[in-house]
Amino acid sequence: MTSLTVDTHGHADAHPPAHHASFLSTYVFSKDHKVIGIQFLFSTLIWFLIGGLLALGIRWQVAWPWSDMPVIGKMLFSGEGGQISPEFYTVLFTMHATIMIFFVIIPILAGAFGNFLIPLMIGADDMAFPTLNMLSYWFMWPAFIAMSASFFVEGGAAKGGWTSYPPLALTDWDGQTLWLIGLTFVGVSSMMGSVNYLTTIIQMRAPGMTMFRLPMTIWAMFITAVLQAFALPVLTAAGFMQLTDRLLGTGFFIPDGWTANNSPMASGGGQPLLWQHLFWFYSHPAVYIMILPAMGMVSDIISCFARKPLFGYKPMVYSIAGIAGLGFIVWGHHMFVSGMNPWLGMTFMVSTMMIALPSAIKVFNWLGTVWGGNIRFTTAMLFALSFVSMFIIGGLSGIFMAATPVDIFIHDTYFIVAHFHYVLFAGTAMGVFGAIYFWYPKMFGRMMNDRWGRLHFLLTFIFLNGTFFTMHILGVVGFPRRLADPYHYETFRHLQPLNAFMTWCAIGMVASQVIFAANFLLSIFFGERAGRNPWHANGLEWFAPSPPGHGNFDMQPIVYRGPYEYGSPEVDTDYYPQTQPPPEKHPTDAPAKSPEPAVAH
Amino acid sequence: MGRFWSLLFLLVPVLGVASFAVAPFYNHWLPHDISQHGHVIDHLFYFILWLTGAVFVATEVVLFWFLWRYDSKGHMNPVKYTHGSHSLEIIWTIVPMAVLLFIAIYQMNAWAASKIDNPAAGPDGVFGTADDMRPMLEVTARQFEWRLRYPGLKAEGVLGTPKDIFVVNDLHLPVNEEILIDLKSADVLHSFFLPNVRVKQDAVPGMKIPVWFRATEIGQFDLVCAELCGWGHYKMKGRLTVESRADFDKWLEEKNRQQETTHDPQLAEKKDSSE
Repeated sequence: MTSLTVDTHGHADAHPPAHHASFLSTYVFSKDHKVIGIQFLFSTLIWFLIGGLLALGIRWQVAWPWSDMPVIGKMLFSGEGGQISPEFYTVLFTMHATIMIFFVIIPILAGAFGNFLIPLMIGADDMAFPTLNMLSYWFMWPAFIAMSASFFVEGGAAKGGWTSYPPLALTDWDGQTLWLIGLTFVGVSSMMGSVNYLTTIIQMRAPGMTMFRLPMTIWAMFITAVLQAFALPVLTAAGFMQLTDRLLGTGFFIPDGWTANNSPMASGGGQPLLWQHLFWFYSHPAVYIMILPAMGMVSDIISCFARKPLFGYKPMVYSIAGIAGLGFIVWGHHMFVSGMNPWLGMTFMVSTMMIALPSAIKVFNWLGTVWGGNIRFTTAMLFALSFVSMFIIGGLSGIFMAATPVDIFIHDTYFIVAHFHYVLFAGTAMGVFGAIYFWYPKMFGRMMNDRWGRLHFLLTFIFLNGTFFTMHILGVVGFPRRLADPYHYETFRHLQPLNAFMTWCAIGMVASQVIFAANFLLSIFFGERAGRNPWHANGLEWFAPSPPGHGNFDMQPIVYRGPYEYGSPEVDTDYYPQTQPPPEKHPTDAPAKSPEPAVAH
Repeated sequence: MGRFWSLLFLLVPVLGVASFAVAPFYNHWLPHDISQHGHVIDHLFYFILWLTGAVFVATEVVLFWFLWRYDSKGHMNPVKYTHGSHSLEIIWTIVPMAVLLFIAIYQMNAWAASKIDNPAAGPDGVFGTADDMRPMLEVTARQFEWRLRYPGLKAEGVLGTPKDIFVVNDLHLPVNEEILIDLKSADVLHSFFLPNVRVKQDAVPGMKIPVWFRATEIGQFDLVCAELCGWGHYKMKGRLTVESRADFDKWLEEKNRQQETTHDPQLAEKKDSSE
């Protein structure tokens, strides 16, 4: 096993020299992918809490508009006598979305799990560019600071919606400038991550780790990195254009003779729709950046706890690639009623319908994986299964919006709010919880408490459906999003009791996360010690110590098969690690010379 | 415990279907449709609802059944050691693709009727000829009100004469007539949303976007702004009054008279908007 003769990449004994471990270089400015991943994890979880509290503010206002917020209202909004002002309400939903998307979901998937898992799962000692990797984390900090500071500048934080549509976003608030600067830093950080992931996955796989022996997590991270590499420059450019519109008067997004809020007339010559095209050219692929890695991790968790090979490995890979490819030509479905040429709407409708297909294929394959398995209902498995169950809802509700005539009615109503919360919270966030419970022992060398974990799952699952499923109903009535007081309209006046119910569920959902926070933090110190492979899983990461030391592996891993050989008839155990040499064969057989049967056919 | 968790997952389709079944009885449903084209959109909505509903229930129940049946406790059979099925993959690729393509094609006419077949081109379908249809009025959205401009009484339907009649937030339309509106914005994005008419169209500064429909019922309805337009977005509320041609003409004359007496359209607007 330790033979290095098959080290085709020549990096096995090129471990970086051991640092003299100062505290700063070990825990703060660390170049170790695991430390960077955990730094991302802690930062994003803290922002998750902040974003969740902002969401409660939104829910409070929608359920009981203009009523004093108990306890904290007087503290936060003393100027308004304890109630949320309509202006602050726009800040709430703008910053809730901004934080959840750019500070939580994208960095927790790519930054935390991408960083932690990629080298471990492909059998590398670290990322290809450790310094770049460290910078990708520290470039988040100017963004964190800019967004936090924006709450305290004159006029408050950004309030043009997370989509920042001009011309509204161009009207004079300093918060929006800070928002754009923050976004640029997030973009640069993601870009540094994505080139690193691509290089690492292509160049640094362990001997025997062919592309079609990669776990789904790695495939998803790989394709996500491709999406980011191609889509992000457009957002960064668009952000700069808006910034120069604001600061230098360029007028990319301002039509002739435009004026608002008694501002001087703008030079114009631009087009508000241009921003929407540029923004969604990134932000639609970003929707997949926010779900594909979760799909990958969920596939690994389900296969492990069903004790059964993943059903349809290659179709799963192809459907991720299909989603990514189609993801670039569907952005216009955000703009069906924007005033864009309606013929273009028709084209985007067809491509949008087609992108539902690879998602459907993935769902069927997950069901196929569970079928005939030997299911263990661990906390991680429950979260992964709920991902499948909830993603079905989020996927199917998308078809309503893809149908252009129906979208005329439900566009910008709570139907779309329900849809993306089913994909992003009930989907991705539940997948992320599953991933935390699953890989926690590898990160910290200790187990999280399973009993408390299952209670956390049960409460979150119930409350999230109470909060979000009902949003579909609101959407069917036409209940618009982003209204500080929806009951101004007679059409929606009778919906207040339902909204109050949803707010109670949302409060319950946030409160349930206390269980998770306690479990997560206390288990670092008091959790049951985990061995190398507590779940009896197959992946390379379970071959390393828990937690892995600097350089990850104490022996060079050599890969003999794919990651999903559970219940294989070749061995007596119900799992068959990728590193375990096949029986009856000489262990020094170079895997490159004796190819194992492919995992899938 | 596996049984408990399986049943929890079974609750998803059960309660999901139940909430959609109960909602119409509490009037938590599509608002009353008063348009000629609305039933096409509603039909499409129901069609997709039934279709996705069936897929939703089927997949969720299958998930429940697999969890119940293959729980590791009390299930001693060896796992089905399989990496997939080529024929199954083909079936569940082709069938959904056919269904999705069908939905895509099925809705095209409804979309064309609402957004492409602009009646401004007149019966001959060609712009710039004598029988071009003139807009009934011009709607200009601004923070945070709807400014409406009707052609003057003696202007023969031509907008832009000194006789134009200005109204704010109080949209009156004659029943059972083809309505064509020119939609504009004076400042930021807004969206012209008539829930009961199944009409929604963003108003974009620098663009003049046509909106057309036919209201078939007399009554008063909400005009909603559906695109974030600033802190006062929530109060950018208009009122749609659909009335008989005679009532509409009477109302327009009354508005004209008010305007003539003040002799200043700006003043008249301010008076109307000070609610």
